[in-house]
Amino acid sequence: MAAKRLRYLPQYLAISPFFVLFAIFGVYPVLYSLYLAFQKWDGIGPMQFVGLKNFEFLVTDADFWNSVGNTFIIWIMSTVPMTVLALLIAVGLNSSIRFRGLYRVAYFAPNVTSIVAMAIVFTSVFSNQFGILNALLRGIGLDPVSWLTDPWGIKVAISVMIIWRWVGYNAIIFLAGLQAIPGEVYEAARIDGATAVQTFFRVTLPLLRPVLLFSVVMSAINGLQIFTEAQVLVGQRGGPQDAGMTMVLYFYNQAFTESDFGYGAAIAWGIFVLVVLFAIINWRVIQRPERAEVQ
Amino acid sequence: MNATRRGRWTGGLALLIGAVIVLFPYYWLAVMATNTTAEIYSTPPKLWFGSHLFENLSAVFAKIDFFGSLLNTVIVAVATTILVLFFDSLAAFTFAKYKFPGAGLLFNILLATFVVPTQLAAIPQFSIMAAFGWVGDLKALIVPAAANAFGIFWMRQYCRSAIPDELLEAAKVDGAGFFRTYWSVALPVLRPALAFLGIFTFVNAWNDYLWPLIVMVDSRNVTLQVALNQLNAVYGTDYSQVMAGTLVAVIPLLVVFLFGARHFIRNIAAGAVKG
Repeated sequence: MAAKRLRYLPQYLAISPFFVLFAIFGVYPVLYSLYLAFQKWDGIGPMQFVGLKNFEFLVTDADFWNSVGNTFIIWIMSTVPMTVLALLIAVGLNSSIRFRGLYRVAYFAPNVTSIVAMAIVFTSVFSNQFGILNALLRGIGLDPVSWLTDPWGIKVAISVMIIWRWVGYNAIIFLAGLQAIPGEVYEAARIDGATAVQTFFRVTLPLLRPVLLFSVVMSAINGLQIFTEAQVLVGQRGGPQDAGMTMVLYFYNQAFTESDFGYGAAIAWGIFVLVVLFAIINWRVIQRPERAEVQ
Repeated sequence: MNATRRGRWTGGLALLIGAVIVLFPYYWLAVMATNTTAEIYSTPPKLWFGSHLFENLSAVFAKIDFFGSLLNTVIVAVATTILVLFFDSLAAFTFAKYKFPGAGLLFNILLATFVVPTQLAAIPQFSIMAAFGWVGDLKALIVPAAANAFGIFWMRQYCRSAIPDELLEAAKVDGAGFFRTYWSVALPVLRPALAFLGIFTFVNAWNDYLWPLIVMVDSRNVTLQVALNQLNAVYGTDYSQVMAGTLVAVIPLLVVFLFGARHFIRNIAAGAVKG
């Protein structure tokens, strides 16, 4: 028996690095953060068991719920336009235009560019006084907008950054989905006399559903954990009226700025629950029409 | 026919305008980095490249340890990439090509780890690093990232289709052991997949922000992203200098990306459609 076990030793060794690292830096921290969520701890002194106090405070913490609201508003303001634009770009890239390869690279580039760096650039683009955007507005005779001090302006600026980063990525994924649709399907629609618009909504979109599902669930998971854009744009404190305070930024503040590790752990669990719930809801919403069609 | 051609023309124009908008921030970054702050602040603003890049850069280098943080980022990104490529491909090859007790269960556990969000583990990870004495040490950025579930999952798919069983049989006949087979037979075949995973890992390690901010912030060993934000927060009014530093921080990664862009984009798309 021992000899048999030993026979597979190379295989177990080969897969062990991931599991060892995950045990130390994944499993243990997650369990420990659950333990921490029931403690009061500043990270240095002794811990003090407080029972459900952290969670009780969490559900009544107006600042936390403000950050939840901000995060969801920013999510909608970014994901909806981003998905529509990405679909349009994908359809464009799927036609026989020139320079398709170049366009793909151009649209994808933001996704691999440093978020911190580009958030700095966008901050200057949106700058109230000296921003190019307000210069443009003045140029065409409109009033400048106080992007970085107005609560909605801040959300628009953060959403634009998210759209900019993800629109090309999603377009590339939608494009792959479009290319997987066999030509005969379009041929059949054409023979049936469907217009281009009808074909898009009745044929293309339903066939794209699995890819859309992937995209929306991914943006639910990533979008609710927005941190860098907000942190660079409005700073640690969330900006005027906490308008740019996202959930993860609030977590970061409570845990690592205020050194309230117990409460920070409770916030992290709160975010986790919200993200999982939201991903499931999105999954259901996109899945449902498929079932309706089958019936 | 005419309608199709007009449609194509409109589509092409829309794509071009979209691309110009998407690329504008890069252009604007370069414009701001090469002008003086006064020129950026002027009305109407200066819209074309200036000649003050080097002057701006030397001012940045005088304010923050730019090269030190650049070096830190390069070390972290290179070390993480090499380790991930080795550990992930080895594990992926094993999962794809060998049967051993518990393989299925272990792989399912690996998949389940996708769900664990970063911030859930962040506080205890910080305590672990403190206990190891690694706060402010580059090891805190490299070691936890040295192997990951995504890479193993993705590579395993590739191994299954790219490495025929006959190749492994032949290696066995030649008397090659497990690790020999991995190194001399599997790795050369996996080169295209390694290229993708390599760029992917490098880009993520280079751009990582939240964790380096948590674990490195008070040390002098900051990464480029953290240094950039400090530059912006402390010297934000010296616009052109901040932008010059930002420009230099963005360029290396864009070069890495453009180097393998087509291959990289194809793999991203394929992964999403299959998965």
